[in-house]
Amino acid sequence: MIAALRAARWALAGLPRPSVGLGLFPAVTVVVFLGPILVGLVGTLLPSFGILPALGGTEPTLKPWRDLLAAPGLTASIRLTLITGVAATLMSVALAFGIAAAWHGSRWFAVLRGVLPPLLAVPHAAFAIGFAFLVAPSGWIVRLLSPWATGWTRPPDIALVQDPWGIAYTLALVCKEVPFLVLAIAAALGQTGADGLLRAARSLGYGPVAAWVKVVLPLVYRQVRLPVLAVLAYSLSAVEPALVLAPTLPPPLTPLVLRWFADPDLALRFQAAAGAVLQSGLVGGAILLWLGGERAVALIGRRWACAGGRGGSGWGLRAVTAAGMALAVLAVAGSIAVLALWALARGWRFADPLPAGWTLDTLAAAWPGLAGPALNTLLIGAAAVGVGLVLVAGCLENGRRLPAALAGRALWLVYLPLLVPSVGFLFGIQVVLVAAGLDGRWPALVWAHLLYVLPYMFLALADPWRALDERYERSARALGAGPWRSFLRVRVPLLLRPLATAAAIGFSVSVAQYLPTLFAGSGRVATLTTEAVVLASGADRRVTAVYAFAQALLPLLAFAAAVGVPAWMHRRRRGMRTG
Amino acid sequence: MRRFFMGILTALVLMAGNAAAEGWNDTLAAARGQTVYFNAWGGSTKANAYIQWAAGQVKARHGIELRHVKVTDIAETVSRILAEKTAGRSEGGSVDLLWINGENFAAMKAHGLLYGPFTDRLPGFALVDTVNKPTIVDFTVPVEGMEAPWGMARFVFLHDTAVLPDPPRNIDALLAWAKANPGRFTYPQPPHFLGSTFLKQALHALAADKAALMAPATEGTFAIVTAPLWPWLDALHAVSWRGGRAFPSSGPEQRRLLADGEVDLSMAFSTLEAASAIEEGQLPKTARVYALDGGTIGNANFLAIPYNARARAAALVVIDFLLSPEAQARKQDARHWGSDTVLDLDRLSPDQRALFDAVPKHPAAPAAGSLGPALPEPHPSWMERIEAEWQRRYSRG
Repeated sequence: MIAALRAARWALAGLPRPSVGLGLFPAVTVVVFLGPILVGLVGTLLPSFGILPALGGTEPTLKPWRDLLAAPGLTASIRLTLITGVAATLMSVALAFGIAAAWHGSRWFAVLRGVLPPLLAVPHAAFAIGFAFLVAPSGWIVRLLSPWATGWTRPPDIALVQDPWGIAYTLALVCKEVPFLVLAIAAALGQTGADGLLRAARSLGYGPVAAWVKVVLPLVYRQVRLPVLAVLAYSLSAVEPALVLAPTLPPPLTPLVLRWFADPDLALRFQAAAGAVLQSGLVGGAILLWLGGERAVALIGRRWACAGGRGGSGWGLRAVTAAGMALAVLAVAGSIAVLALWALARGWRFADPLPAGWTLDTLAAAWPGLAGPALNTLLIGAAAVGVGLVLVAGCLENGRRLPAALAGRALWLVYLPLLVPSVGFLFGIQVVLVAAGLDGRWPALVWAHLLYVLPYMFLALADPWRALDERYERSARALGAGPWRSFLRVRVPLLLRPLATAAAIGFSVSVAQYLPTLFAGSGRVATLTTEAVVLASGADRRVTAVYAFAQALLPLLAFAAAVGVPAWMHRRRRGMRTG
Repeated sequence: MRRFFMGILTALVLMAGNAAAEGWNDTLAAARGQTVYFNAWGGSTKANAYIQWAAGQVKARHGIELRHVKVTDIAETVSRILAEKTAGRSEGGSVDLLWINGENFAAMKAHGLLYGPFTDRLPGFALVDTVNKPTIVDFTVPVEGMEAPWGMARFVFLHDTAVLPDPPRNIDALLAWAKANPGRFTYPQPPHFLGSTFLKQALHALAADKAALMAPATEGTFAIVTAPLWPWLDALHAVSWRGGRAFPSSGPEQRRLLADGEVDLSMAFSTLEAASAIEEGQLPKTARVYALDGGTIGNANFLAIPYNARARAAALVVIDFLLSPEAQARKQDARHWGSDTVLDLDRLSPDQRALFDAVPKHPAAPAAGSLGPALPEPHPSWMERIEAEWQRRYSRG
């Protein structure tokens, strides 16, 4: 595959052979990152057919699958998983594209691009905990309205979270995924020459929204297909938000499978492995269905686009998407705000609108215990981002002149960890790491984080990397600078902002990792996220809030640095301050 | 006469003790400088702080580095040890010590994942009450020295006396009260151990043949003995919080529902739960615990060492310290943790006894004897079958 890519590149471009070191980057990236996932998948597949020698399983059997199919609530769990996952993806995609279509080119769209990265940085677990307290029957919103408006002196018995249909869960997923998709769309817009196309369409009399949907969307969608599929895969297999917000009788498939993995009855591991394989199959099937759906939509859409309807002013869509986006932003911001309140609360009884008293005791008590996990989080994140930057830059530099189609196919491989549910390969990977004696060690941890950090960094960096005008470096080379010098003195400074943003995104992804940290770290390496999840099991909202808030704070600082550092470095270069 | 036998017994224990002391000195020497990874539930800040205190003590006394590996559920750790066995790592495992009981212990023991027997090697084990406290059987499974008791647990209900001054005190009254107050009762969702224990508690009251619960359950006995449980539960769910279609995921989460005023009762596995929660500021000062008339299920929780532990000697020394009167008295103090001791107070020296007498009695601690007798845990097979049947009946979506 790699050799073929390389041969095609030289043949097509007639370029000089790159240095051998650079050519190794894609190979190393693929082998180091994807090999173990395949091994992990095999390590899950074998037990699902009864092979697990530690538990006396040596003969292949279909019993795990029969047990799985007979498990109570399995059908309902699959139905819930599919409905919530697909609904969350459809809503997120509709809202994200709706916003882009309705607001592209306006000042608000630019403002939104600045607001969204910090929202993206809020870890899922922290958001879910805050969101649950925001909307629960005994939560903040009801407290603010009670009893003066609602008449409730004690919480009503209404399932506002963990509702049987998974509505709260679906909405929470949408809140977190829309920012991601909007940013992906905004990045893709720069690649498509959308502004010129829009001007042409508008001059032919198309309304703003109709012009965007008919002319720009088909081009942009192709570019953001992978992020959309990542959203679909995530929505079908999320863990932390599902544990806090989804119904439990039965829960979605991933929490159900994790419950079996954690059952004291070790014989259930076989059934759990089968469930993990099923979960992977479910995601794979949903992706295929989605791709099929794309075809159908494209077919109908093409006819509609060619029919010549000019569309209206688009004010309806503007209003709807603005309201939707405002709600999503408010939900995330409110969830974090309410965590901050709890971290400082002395006690907070229903239906007081605010805590009865304020104290720094919780913070002071948590402080000594926070330092160690915070340092671990910082070091793992920094290491993963450092390695990630080198690998991504190496791959992009190597693939810079690759034909776009081939580069796109290679990107699929990098995206694999985002498309395969972690529950499908993490147990297998744990066994591999233990066998290699690497579990609980830093390289294993950094590697496990890189699985998830790398795809996002690739996504953030690929377009700016390719978009940079080649002539800058060519001029440098013409002036006698070697390849390294022109890379370090010209390309890197010019790309400092996207590099810093990619680093911040990678760091925030690393901070949020729970299962990979647990599995690769033998549970011995505590990060803010593992501590937050452990303390959440103690249900003391104040302590949970302190940790969840700390967990959200580090990525926010990283994003602040991503804005601040390039601005400071470029303080004397007016041309670098914008754009 | 009895005193005479006790005298002989003491002499025998002392003689055996001399021989054991030599071996123990070797253990102490081997333990110095070792690092013990202690996998224990980390959801309670107070328990975490207690383990930190113990870490400081064993560092100062024995030169042992004790690291608390906080887990959300000890089954995670069982899973990890299983992965290590799968990978063939029979030496140098990642876990040296774990806090465990019940089904997890039974599973680890059955699959050969534990080191031992070891309790006879601990000097401190001599003070453990093995007669009047269920410290040598774990959910009817004989411990056989494969784990050491760490704390005593009693199943209790938790209420706020300012909201619910007169809580229901038997299983029939509970259903009647729930019917009169729809939406105000719930329990942690099985297989969480507290929810399962609530079911066993109800079964204990409703079953005609209580003796059958002590033997392994069979298809036949299970159907007959649990027959009255399910209609009772159906009636209860119909008037429960969220109409019995959602349940809190754990005991702490239900305590939060109590604190939020969503329900009027919670449950716990510690007689000092109310005292401890008040000290942590999680419940109002009017919170109290109580048991049902006729008593509630009691059990113990334990410390065990995995078969492939790296720091075996140091793990033994840590366990011995955690069993010491000093550590046990601190653990009983609701300001530091609030968990009943496994020691036999009558066997302590006056100095050791004074440590326990110095623990202040918390106003929310139940009066001695007010909780009635501790009922024995049924055989674990009952719990497994009840949990499976519960899932079958109520987990349909």
